[in-house]
Amino acid sequence: MSLADKDRIFTNLYGFQPWNLKAAQARGDWDKTKDLMKRGQDAIIEEIKASGLRGRGGAGFPTGLKWSFMPKEPRADRPSFLVINADESEPGSCKDREIIRHDPHKLIEGALIAGFAMRARAAYIYIRGEFIREAETLFAAVQEAYDAGLLGKNAAKSGYDFDVFVHRGAGAYICGEETAMIESLEGKKGQPRLKPPFPAGAGLYGCPTTVNNVESIAVVPTILRRGAPWFASFGRENNKGTKLFQISGHVNKPCVVEEEMSIPFRELIDKHCGGIRGGWDNLLAVIPGGSSVPLVPAAEIMDCPMDFDGLKAVGSGLGTAAAIVMDKSTDVVQAISRISYFYKHESCGQCTPCREGTGWMWRVMERLRTGDADISEIDTLYDVTKQVEGHTICALGDAAAWPIQGLIKHFRPEIERRIRENGSVLEAAE
Amino acid sequence: MADAPQIPDEAETRARWGAFAWTAENAEKAKAVIARYPAGRQRSAVMPLLDLAQRQVGAETQTQGWLPVPVIEYVAAQLDMPFIRAYEVATFYTMYNLAPVGRYHVQVCGTTPCLLRGSDDVMAACKNRGMMKGKTTPDGLFTLTEVECMGTCTNAPMVQINDDNYEDLDFDSMSRILDDLAAGKQPKTGTQNPQRHTSEPEGGPTTLKEMVKANHDYRSEW
Repeated sequence: MSLADKDRIFTNLYGFQPWNLKAAQARGDWDKTKDLMKRGQDAIIEEIKASGLRGRGGAGFPTGLKWSFMPKEPRADRPSFLVINADESEPGSCKDREIIRHDPHKLIEGALIAGFAMRARAAYIYIRGEFIREAETLFAAVQEAYDAGLLGKNAAKSGYDFDVFVHRGAGAYICGEETAMIESLEGKKGQPRLKPPFPAGAGLYGCPTTVNNVESIAVVPTILRRGAPWFASFGRENNKGTKLFQISGHVNKPCVVEEEMSIPFRELIDKHCGGIRGGWDNLLAVIPGGSSVPLVPAAEIMDCPMDFDGLKAVGSGLGTAAAIVMDKSTDVVQAISRISYFYKHESCGQCTPCREGTGWMWRVMERLRTGDADISEIDTLYDVTKQVEGHTICALGDAAAWPIQGLIKHFRPEIERRIRENGSVLEAAE
Repeated sequence: MADAPQIPDEAETRARWGAFAWTAENAEKAKAVIARYPAGRQRSAVMPLLDLAQRQVGAETQTQGWLPVPVIEYVAAQLDMPFIRAYEVATFYTMYNLAPVGRYHVQVCGTTPCLLRGSDDVMAACKNRGMMKGKTTPDGLFTLTEVECMGTCTNAPMVQINDDNYEDLDFDSMSRILDDLAAGKQPKTGTQNPQRHTSEPEGGPTTLKEMVKANHDYRSEW
């Protein structure tokens, strides 16, 4: 099985061709958008449900189902909003950036169709602040769409009024969490809200809101054009479609590539990344879905299908499909400790277990890295990760705990070895 | 926190920035920004306006810019929000500089994907030029910061300097970029690997090869 170029959605993924409206239309974007919308809101939602599209931002919630939670008849004083999550900050992830800078019109057209389907008044695209050039492209692309009558009053001559606004973040990973993003859009610190109420009930400005990932929205026009059965023909049951994979770390040729869901890890790497650096025997472990998911040792990942269920079965997750590959030269404790530092840096400070726990876990990880610890501290650390996990408003606490749990589960002997060796050096010194 | 910026002396800052106001051009931009949000929700514009203000301060001081307290007050007043709410935002998000920075803000990504590909070498190239984390060089040219994942992981390691990314770096290419900037030249942005265009595999894409030469339309093959 192999995905053919004609079945790839993001044909200008690498930006060899211009991103502008004219070039995008020549590739098939904005083609009879009006007719797609004429099918009606419910028909569009049903089609997306039938396609099996699951959210591409990490959690994998069925996209069509999410849209169906929005009110069918929004009140004039409480309009509905679509918020598009382009706050791509998960270490390892770099797919939304490619969509935005090279194929922005897929996203904008998707915003119109998705916004129409959920009866939203406007879409806000929240792009991370560090994507400075990417945001410039996005602003320009949105302006092009307005100038061509594809957005605004009677968008794309559909009779539906719809606006798309771009909002730049300013460097906070936590704003990728949907309620933190809404807070940030309202001009506040990005601290997540308690749920319920869920955004579909009370989100942006207290109005019904759906937050979707860039990739989830950008694939919508193509799914409607080619039909749900086409999209559902890729991947295993419950894991349908095509997906942008991002492979970084110790492969010969890191890259972003669109592939079929459920592609085995080995095939993905051999076909697009020129293999593992130093060969497959040199593979140590892989973090398969961005830094928040636990790592998977080489033997378990090699032939694992890259999809939601396949990676869940090996105790990890697909996340954003950002595989961070580590070969045997890696100091695996340092690699995870650096991730712990990331979470310490990015904790918003709202919940005590996360605010205090992320710093504490990082400090212990740094001692484990050098072996300056007692063996019993491994269990203490594990206990603390369990106390952080599930005890915070948002999932950042979980995301900080899981990589450490994965490390202890799979590399405990390595940690113990360091402690013992460090201990014997001390004894010798005495 | 030990690595928190030293907020500059209030009286001095007030004397220098107390009369801050938008330039004519930025006043127009600010109006356009506020218009993106529903009436009565102008507070939503605080982030873009702080960014605009930082850029204006940068243009006036020939640096990346920063946010003196009177400037934050100015933005808060325009949006009719209490100063502390705007200050909260300025301190929460890392891209607002609370203390002056140099002409070039060198932000080296040090998170795991970059770490695995050699961000230590990039950092070493900076230190080799006399830069120190969290400090500005005495000539006012470079401020060095280690930042968290910048979302460019397949082109790691990378650095963002002011508005531009430099990707696929090593010690030598980073040193060259810093030399160019110091000499007032603009280095090539994006990937520094001659075998790459953007995020495709080195040596040419494994997929969508038609797209390299022409704006291929795949619809006829559907």
